Amino acid sequence: MNMIQPKCTHSCQDPGTSCKCGLCCTKITNFGISRGGTEILRNVNLHIHCGDLTAIIGPNGAGKSTLLKAILGEISHTGELQFLDAKNEGTTRPIIGYVPQKLELDSSSPTSVLDLFAAAQAKMPVWFTYTKRVRERVRESLARTQAEHLINNRLGGLSGGELQRVLLALALDPIPHLLLLDEPVSGIDQRGLELFYKTVSLLRENYDLSIILVSHDLNLVAEYADRVVFVNNKTIECVGTPQEVFSNEKVIQTFGLDWAKRYQRDEKDRVDNAHLV
Amino acid sequence: MHIWYSLMNLLLPFEWVHYAFMKNALLGVLLVTPIFGLLGTMIVNNKMAFFSDSLGHSALTGIAIGVILGINNPIWSMLLFSILITIAILVVKEANTASTDTIIGVFSSTAMALGIVILSRNGGFAKYSVYLIGDLLSITPSDLLTLGIVFVMVIALWIVIFNKLLLASMNPSLARSRGINIRLYEYSFAMIMAVIVTISIQWVGILIISSLLILPAASSRNIANNMRQYHIYSVLIALISGVAGLILSYFWGTATGATIVLISSMFFAGTFIIKLRLG
Repeated sequence: MNMIQPKCTHSCQDPGTSCKCGLCCTKITNFGISRGGTEILRNVNLHIHCGDLTAIIGPNGAGKSTLLKAILGEISHTGELQFLDAKNEGTTRPIIGYVPQKLELDSSSPTSVLDLFAAAQAKMPVWFTYTKRVRERVRESLARTQAEHLINNRLGGLSGGELQRVLLALALDPIPHLLLLDEPVSGIDQRGLELFYKTVSLLRENYDLSIILVSHDLNLVAEYADRVVFVNNKTIECVGTPQEVFSNEKVIQTFGLDWAKRYQRDEKDRVDNAHLV
Repeated sequence: MHIWYSLMNLLLPFEWVHYAFMKNALLGVLLVTPIFGLLGTMIVNNKMAFFSDSLGHSALTGIAIGVILGINNPIWSMLLFSILITIAILVVKEANTASTDTIIGVFSSTAMALGIVILSRNGGFAKYSVYLIGDLLSITPSDLLTLGIVFVMVIALWIVIFNKLLLASMNPSLARSRGINIRLYEYSFAMIMAVIVTISIQWVGILIISSLLILPAASSRNIANNMRQYHIYSVLIALISGVAGLILSYFWGTATGATIVLISSMFFAGTFIIKLRLG
């Protein structure tokens, strides 16, 4: 049931090597999104390679979450979205895992973690019963993010960090080709956030996933992302490694000089001290 | 029906079951309250109480259209109109220009006003006031057949769509990532609501129909910890309130629908206290 894909060593720039996984490249060409007559994003071009963790950063309301929703197919868009396999041919729709920012439920909602999983995976209506197999499968999925003890808890009673781990576990069953993470704005403490990121990077090592992450925590992005995409003024203004993007003039202006300086100093320390280690 | 009548005579040798209209009403209650209990769970989850209210209100215009067209039993014109207004609300809601509450409020009051204007022409509104409070005791065997068919259809649909509906209600993007066509399920659910509200309105009444949908689920929510408990309690509370309300209204000579609602309210109060006690 849980198909574990072989680790992919293929690089999209190098057509000579072969790729065993189903999805190699998610290619976004000339993307534009408007809603209700207002242009939200335009002229977005992006390549996402398998095995990469791509972080999307930008000021509030820049359209980061909207971009994720368009990739999901929830919002219509202009331009092209292609999922390419190793031969650079379009494949069928890949399995997409999605971790939302929040769930639309109040704290009194009688929806348990098991309900959420069974609703997503089983045909049997959750108000009737759960089969033993479903329960076992849910327990296994939750174990992947160290959340199996929460299986019978109500979703409304979970802390921000716990809910995030549960949602991540749900997004990983079945193991997706493309994992979209919309990081919560609030309700999650620093320790919970770090645990979440640790889990994500562990997953990257074990499975062959492309990950797109919308994030507000620049320190964690700097630590974990392979590539950073800076969305501002309705388009992508800058793409590159964390070092490249965080030394970009516009990025520094948006997030404040202090942070950028501190980041560069930390980086310099790290490089300077590297030979001492 | 004969089997039902003799069964009732055998099982319930009470004075109130002697009358055929009480036997019919009892069967009606046993068919309609579980549906209310089931649908109510999702209505409360999705905060759609106001929507079910507006469906009830729009029935008035449905009746008026039926009167204009000269239809004897206005149920078909009511059904047609409430489905139309449901689609209208969903379409305008998708345009995302005003809050859902405002949109529903606009449609609901327009439909109600239009119905009252047409029906009150020549000062004849009084004869339609039965639709305001409903009359469960007037239910006929052919009504019961319709109810029976709807009962089976609703249960069947609820089995098929519930899981997807639940996921879509919690997070549309999450549902989309699992390949669920959100709009299809949203529309199906709204249609089921429109159908069930419309056909039960003549027995329950426009004024209280949404309370019947909301109260059992709201009470159940106070004490349930998962979806299964939520449904079981909700259906049980709806059934018990229905039967108890019917019997009490017989002895008190009160309107059945309103009596049922009062009993459900007591369930809500009771479960609320339990919830406070348990923390």
